[in-house]
Amino acid sequence: MNGSLPISHWQRLWLYALSGLVLLFLIAPSVIIVIMSFSDSTLLQFPPRQWSLRWYQTYFQSLEWRDATMVSVKVALMTVLVATPLGTAAAYAINRGTLRFNGTINGLLTASLIIPVILIGIGTFFLYARIGLNNTLTGLVIAHTVQALPLVVLTVLSGLRSYDMNQERVARSLGAGRIAAFWQVTMPQIRFSIVSGALFAFITSFDEVVVSLFISGGETTTLTRRMFNALRDQIDPTIAAISTCLIVLSVVLLAIAQVFGRRS
Amino acid sequence: MRQGGTGVALPPPSYVLPAREKVILSIAPSALPIGMRAIEKRFGSVSVLRDLNLDVAAGEFLTLLGPSGSGKTTLLMILAGFIRANAGSIKVGDDEIITTPPHKRNIGMVFQNYALFPHMNVFHNIAFPLKQRGVATAETAQRVEKALELVKLQGLGERRVDQLSGGQRQRVALARAIVFEPRIVLMDEPLSALDKGLREHMQIELRALHRRLGMTTVYVTHDQREAITMSDRIAVMNAGRIEQLDKPETLYAAPKTQFVAGFIGESNFMPVECHDGTVWYEDRRIHTATPAPAAGRHLMVVRPEKLRLVTPTEPSNGINVFDATVADIIYQGDSFVCYVSLRDGRQLTLRDYCRGDVLARLPAPGQPIRLGLEAQDTILVASEG
Amino acid sequence: MSAQSALLEETAGGVGEHLNAQALRADARRESLRLLALLSPSLFLVCAIIIVPIGWLFWLSLFDETGALSASNYARFFEQASYIKTFVTTFKVAFIVTGACVLLGYPLAYMLSQLPRRAASICLIFVILPFWTSVLVRTYAWLVILQRKGLINSWLIDLGVISQPLSLANNLSGVVVGMTHILLPFLVLPLYASMKTIDTDCLRAGMNLGAGPVATFRQIFFPLSLPGLASGVVIVFVLCLGFFVTPALMGGGKVVMWAMRMEQTTSLYSNWGAGAALGVVLLVVTLALLGLFRWLLGARATGVWSSR
Repeated sequence: MNGSLPISHWQRLWLYALSGLVLLFLIAPSVIIVIMSFSDSTLLQFPPRQWSLRWYQTYFQSLEWRDATMVSVKVALMTVLVATPLGTAAAYAINRGTLRFNGTINGLLTASLIIPVILIGIGTFFLYARIGLNNTLTGLVIAHTVQALPLVVLTVLSGLRSYDMNQERVARSLGAGRIAAFWQVTMPQIRFSIVSGALFAFITSFDEVVVSLFISGGETTTLTRRMFNALRDQIDPTIAAISTCLIVLSVVLLAIAQVFGRRS
Repeated sequence: MRQGGTGVALPPPSYVLPAREKVILSIAPSALPIGMRAIEKRFGSVSVLRDLNLDVAAGEFLTLLGPSGSGKTTLLMILAGFIRANAGSIKVGDDEIITTPPHKRNIGMVFQNYALFPHMNVFHNIAFPLKQRGVATAETAQRVEKALELVKLQGLGERRVDQLSGGQRQRVALARAIVFEPRIVLMDEPLSALDKGLREHMQIELRALHRRLGMTTVYVTHDQREAITMSDRIAVMNAGRIEQLDKPETLYAAPKTQFVAGFIGESNFMPVECHDGTVWYEDRRIHTATPAPAAGRHLMVVRPEKLRLVTPTEPSNGINVFDATVADIIYQGDSFVCYVSLRDGRQLTLRDYCRGDVLARLPAPGQPIRLGLEAQDTILVASEG
Repeated sequence: MSAQSALLEETAGGVGEHLNAQALRADARRESLRLLALLSPSLFLVCAIIIVPIGWLFWLSLFDETGALSASNYARFFEQASYIKTFVTTFKVAFIVTGACVLLGYPLAYMLSQLPRRAASICLIFVILPFWTSVLVRTYAWLVILQRKGLINSWLIDLGVISQPLSLANNLSGVVVGMTHILLPFLVLPLYASMKTIDTDCLRAGMNLGAGPVATFRQIFFPLSLPGLASGVVIVFVLCLGFFVTPALMGGGKVVMWAMRMEQTTSLYSNWGAGAALGVVLLVVTLALLGLFRWLLGARATGVWSSR
């Protein structure tokens, strides 16, 4: 017991009860969706009276949903491939801390966390309309990269801050050039942070809704955009199946990030 | 000859000081001298090193000694190429290296925390510099084995770094820094993380290794005992300058400034005044072995072990005698420390070994005593404040 | 003076008394350029996708439909009742959601901070998992739970508590519940992190000096947790102001918030000037709140983001 006071658990019962309810409030919606996705009924019943995989069948057999999923997966993977090296390089430069406008640079790179997403969405749409990037994979990847960058930068930066830069120094003095020292000594030691950053970039891109609403469409409609439109019209139980897939994806990626985080 | 205000004398033009005789063995770098000139370093508006000049002879073990913030580590980092000076010149042999990137300087470096690569085993840590230089596999294995042998870690090549004790890590770091036969080895407080017994053992071992290999070594420490134990010469640094550069015995016997006297060994300081070629403490004339310095206020440095108790009957001609009262006596096993007050209230410390005859007549607190100080044990330095 | 040191002084004097200073400056410049090269792709993307378009929108907001320079885009916020209603709704929702997050989040964070490490990290999963689940998924879940034929209504009818379904979704209450659920982790995580740093010895000392559990909490723990609470509150409030997905899906068209208004103005009516002006004001309010918070509490406002 690290941080507890000499107050008995009984005296705290009300606190545990209240917190338990809040935790239930947080987790229950996801659990309900997962369970309902296996329902056989088009009606919303909980708990379901009959079980089936029909909504998963609908999801996997629908060309539209499949295409949208493929678009999202492609965009998320490409976002990871772009955002991870860029964010890592930027974090490395910021960590050196020798540049004059280090604070400003840091602020700029993390700006997309603070600026309302709707503004980024409208701005990006406006810009893409001029340069013809709306409804393109390239456009989506660029926009998602900008949103994923701060997470990669912050994750790698925190890895670098707990890394002993003397290691890289000593590698240099032992005859390794800049790139060799980074590649052979620094990279292997911050690779868990880099992988975590990459996972966060993937989730950020895959779950992104607002900007995609503006700049994706037609053949490049992302999964989230199609879900958003479907939800505007009616409540289709297929979405429960898709949501379950998304929840499982989040759990898996988070678990991987946790495992890597523990090892670093 | 330019004599800077720092009291550092530039050596003869050849850059070479008479080095001790070395037994040079298998891993034998051709040691080179280092010449640093007019090194300036500022961090923002703070001046860390000011017009610093220092020569290290080929094969010498030179220690930079000073309190934290004196600039000793900054100087070492500039030498290694991790910090860029604002101005100055560093010559290794005949080569100017001030703008050479660290990996082309061919300087071995041992850090305070060793900076061993945790993702490599001992063998690969030591082989790292050889790998960077494209040394063939067979030769690498041979040289790593030899380096391990030198630091007495034979057969530990396959160990992971986290399986090593502090002392073993230290040895691996050392082996890694010398395996590629660097021209120069730099060490930044390499022993400070070890406990006392191991530290003293490693001091002797490092010293022996240096004697054997003869590489030019610059060593940074804030521990004066360590510096005295290991060094050929010591550069005492304070506030970005070298206060005094000398052999350990000279530094101890003849400190040139109050700072050096205070930093190396224990010291009592007594304000004295010089006029007409004689030295005075209050109304008492002080016998000195050296001619009195220029007229004015000075400080007399008195080492605690140079003071001794003088019996009332002992003749006092030729030695300086002070009347005092014992404030406290602390028995420390092998020695005792006696705190005394002079008549003017000044506190002095006296230290002596517990030999039978001394122990037999130890004074008690409150008792009046007489302190004796030989003329040759008086040291005068400029008064700094 | 020997010949060599004379020479040395001369060469030193030649470069303006500082030996090699020029070469070292050039070397430092090269190093800075290298670092800048590492940063430039990221900086370029951020500038191109965020800074330039937003600046462009600012510029647009200064002109009316005829292309003349005017403040009409901003003036209409004060003149048209529908805009005023949007702002009122937005701030109302933001205040209610922030309040709800504090009421639910503070006890939870407090409990988490008091639990042993293992138990706390298990409970934290319940906070982090929703945090990383798509906003759409969670909004969909609440739609399923709260709508007319949703779970709560059918349960209540089955149990005979009510005969007519309650309208829980497609109105303000639905928006508030959905947003509270989504934003709660943003309050709990920084608050928990700051509570973790409170020194337990402080509390023990308080109890040792005779303060009861309640007094210790009120006089020692609570004041020490305020900075973490404040940063959580600011984040939640700021995110509320610009929130889009949940009000758009759960508001049933009745709850029009700031971000929805921006979307309607630009996509539905293609009135870029008006939409841009809304964006400008939103950004200014957001930055002003964050700036105020930073000013009040020192530079910690952005730090809490790294807890994500």
